[in-house]
Amino acid sequence: MKIAITTSGETLAAPLDSRFGRAPRFLIYDTETGTYRTVDNAQNLNAVQGAGIQAAQTVAQTGVSRLITGHCGPKAFRVLRAAEIEVFHTDAPTVQEALDRMDKGELLAAQDADVEGHWL
Amino acid sequence: MKVAVASGKGGTGKTTLSVALALVAPQPVMLLDCDVEEPNGHIFLTLEAMETETVTVAVPEIDAATCRACGECMRICRFNAIISLGAKALVFPELCHSCGGCARVCPSGAISEIPRRIGTIDSGIAGHVTLVQGRLDVGNAMATPLIRAVKRHADRGVATIIDCPPGTSCPMIAAVRGADFVILVTEPTPFGLHDLTLAVETVRTLAIPFGVIVNRADTGDSRVADYCSHEEIPILLNIPENRRAAEAYSRGESILSAMPDLTAALRDIWRRIGGGEA
Repeated sequence: MKIAITTSGETLAAPLDSRFGRAPRFLIYDTETGTYRTVDNAQNLNAVQGAGIQAAQTVAQTGVSRLITGHCGPKAFRVLRAAEIEVFHTDAPTVQEALDRMDKGELLAAQDADVEGHWL
Repeated sequence: MKVAVASGKGGTGKTTLSVALALVAPQPVMLLDCDVEEPNGHIFLTLEAMETETVTVAVPEIDAATCRACGECMRICRFNAIISLGAKALVFPELCHSCGGCARVCPSGAISEIPRRIGTIDSGIAGHVTLVQGRLDVGNAMATPLIRAVKRHADRGVATIIDCPPGTSCPMIAAVRGADFVILVTEPTPFGLHDLTLAVETVRTLAIPFGVIVNRADTGDSRVADYCSHEEIPILLNIPENRRAAEAYSRGESILSAMPDLTAALRDIWRRIGGGEA
């Protein structure tokens, strides 16, 4: 199974970025091989609107079935649901810590967005 | 003749002056209230023959049976309003800017355009003044299509006053664009000056002739006057602070009822900017 985690860094020790749509990149972790790669989300950092939607599209294209992030708004959540990606919220400080909590079964799949959408 | 009454700063007296200019105008005159987030020019007028129409914009609707999720619609959308993954495209109508591109590029003809309400336009008549005002629905962010819809009511050949929203972003530009002259209303304070300079840059970029009316001109300091002098911007009128004007405003009455002398001064502005003899 592949899991996407929002991060500002390039490694498992990097900080988890609590934002979804405007996270600098996603770390894509493969639980079967223990390997990972990162996917850039930079084009969204300055998006006027729809950053969450575009980020969800980017994540969907990586083939992950789970996403771990800090917060996720309603439009991104709708896209992720359409792509059949489960969303897990966490305040874990690092990517590794988030994966560990997932491993121990401490994270619950979100049923809905946990923050309000933006007006635009 | 179309005159836009604008400002950078809010609360300088755009609506007060727009209505006063309409009341003294060579007749007949149209007053377009393009401050669609808070249209309140009507409060100064006693309107008859009120009519209301609904304003919509076109947004895409996907036919799930026909959509092949090819992604062409998503690739052309500049606003992330349509996304394509899984079995069919998803639409986010509140992000759509109604360009129609998605419907045009869809190779399977799965996209039709449906109306989405953004607000209303009310119109009514008060003597020689025809008021047309846009009212954006609460929670809607698409002010500019509504402003353009209000401006389509302008009647060629009839003098028109456009009461603009404050600021210098898209709604203000949508309101000002196409005007023959812009009156920038300001006040002699650091805030008035700061926002006036932004409005001046905006109107200069749009290449529309403009002048300034300084409201409450005997308060504050001289920096607005100094700036206009230095930039060679004509000050069309200085309106002094007047307690009776504030009292009239508090009752929803025109400034002309408190300052009848303004009638001649405003008629002079009409003549000066080419709006004809009053």
